[in-house]
Amino acid sequence: MTAFIVRRLLSLIPVALVVGTVVFALVHMIPGDPVTVMLGSGASQSDIQRLRSQMRLDEPLVTQYFSWLTQTLQGNLGNSVVQQRPVLEIIGERLEPTLVLAVSATLVGVLLGVPLGITAASRAGTLLDRVLIIIAVAGISIPYFWLGLLGIIVFSVELRWLPATGYLSPFQDGLASVRYLILPVLALGISQAGFVARLSRTATLQVLQENYIRTARAKGVTARSVMLSHALRNVLIPIVTVVGLSFGILLGGAIVTETVFGIPGMGRLILQAIQQRDYPIIQGALLLVAMFNVLVNLVVDMVYIVIDPRISYS
Amino acid sequence: MTASTTRASAGRRFLRLIATSPGIPVGGGLLLLFVLIALFGPMTVADPFAQNVMNRLQPPSAANWFGTDEFGRDLLSRMVHGTRTTLMVGALVAALAGAAGVLTGLLAGYYHRLDNFIMRIMDGLLAFPSVVLALGLVAALGPRTSNTIIALAIVYTPRIARLVRGVVLNVKEQEYVTAAKAVGARDERVLWLHVLRNVTDMIIVQLSYIFALAVIAESALSFLGVTGSVLNPSWGGILSDGRTYIYQAASMTVIPGILIATLVLALNLLGDGLQERLDPRLKGQLRG
Repeated sequence: MTAFIVRRLLSLIPVALVVGTVVFALVHMIPGDPVTVMLGSGASQSDIQRLRSQMRLDEPLVTQYFSWLTQTLQGNLGNSVVQQRPVLEIIGERLEPTLVLAVSATLVGVLLGVPLGITAASRAGTLLDRVLIIIAVAGISIPYFWLGLLGIIVFSVELRWLPATGYLSPFQDGLASVRYLILPVLALGISQAGFVARLSRTATLQVLQENYIRTARAKGVTARSVMLSHALRNVLIPIVTVVGLSFGILLGGAIVTETVFGIPGMGRLILQAIQQRDYPIIQGALLLVAMFNVLVNLVVDMVYIVIDPRISYS
Repeated sequence: MTASTTRASAGRRFLRLIATSPGIPVGGGLLLLFVLIALFGPMTVADPFAQNVMNRLQPPSAANWFGTDEFGRDLLSRMVHGTRTTLMVGALVAALAGAAGVLTGLLAGYYHRLDNFIMRIMDGLLAFPSVVLALGLVAALGPRTSNTIIALAIVYTPRIARLVRGVVLNVKEQEYVTAAKAVGARDERVLWLHVLRNVTDMIIVQLSYIFALAVIAESALSFLGVTGSVLNPSWGGILSDGRTYIYQAASMTVIPGILIATLVLALNLLGDGLQERLDPRLKGQLRG
């Protein structure tokens, strides 16, 4: 087990290196000089020169890359050019809404999608199965950000039940924050439920074909009991993978949904930083989002071992 | 007699297709409809740029079936023109990602020395949530539609590459490949003739899913305002403008969303139908 964890952690190194290189390359490809964007068109040549050397933009790209890499490895993501504050501090302030959104939407997606998928599979080939499949495909096909906009039209513009935009931390005021979170979380979660349902259905169908299920049925165990005590635990294994995959998708989804609902999270931060050419923030935010995604999937691999004692990675 | 028998059996075959995999005729039919709208629609509708400020943010009416936008422009003609942009982006992304994915997947799977290098790059790209990577790439390349296509193609290449590599690794061990090599077939010949044939079905299915994902991603990027231009009406762009006027003109938000959802549904149904038809074992497993 320890050997497996160590090996998995080591395998993160090349991925992290590629992620870092991609992020650095992207940011330095963004057209336009951050210095002229920051100082405006009326800036004097000497001011521009001074800021350029202060930001080390006058050094060769390779030197910039290696010094950025060294700094990042030491946990130093630099200072925001616009706000003149540490990038980590700024990201820290924006991380919560995005994570709250992604985690709650994952919960909604799993709580809706898994039962839907298992029900469809246990009634495979029937009309109910067909209907559930169609619902799931429709869920996948509806853009989540549009679902959010529809929610605003119905519940904010027409019925005036819920606020159209804004965010309140659930850690500040649990009950009041629900009013702000319910639309974005449902919009993201419902569209994700379709994806989860499809994969759960496939996973269940595969388990139901196993010999031990046939044996249980032959022994006269009821369909319900076969499902609950023989199949469910085995169905959970592939579904855990789905949760990991799902979280990555929702992290991206949360970033778009923030724009729909005016939520001050990572997505808004990244978009704003791109407009302001705030290199250190774009680099730091993209890097953290990607590495966070990788780590969640690493945890998912660990969870496997807990729910399935047959799997051993040593 | 022969002709009528053939016609009857062709008709029966078609009916059986509808009965067994309804996704192909339903999804394919809807897709065809969108293609026809993209090809011929722009000739039949009004000028999508003609402004009429006296007639702005109107709900759907007999004169403007889908209503008007904030400049009083006809939304029906803007959406018909937008169909072109959306279909072009989706199709080109699928084609480019497919080509790049097949090439890298074949190389990684067939040549052991390249495998580790190529696949670590693919892992690195897959680490990013796709919207986030697309956002970064579009920001780096610039907001032109062609750059959006390149960005999304890069985002979806690893999906195809992984799939192709997996199949290649498997096929490489098959006896007929060993036999081909034993009789002196060159690498390229083995790859094209024996390996590629085994992955074509899977790739076709994946391309329809990537087309669908690209349509959603393109609208998300236009919605965020990082891509698209005033010269090119697009569904996501109209949605984005609609967000501003959501209190005055809900149709500006509702209608483009219905179009996006219908097109994506058509592509997903087509993909599912093809998958059922081409490889029943893989049903529902490769989505993501």
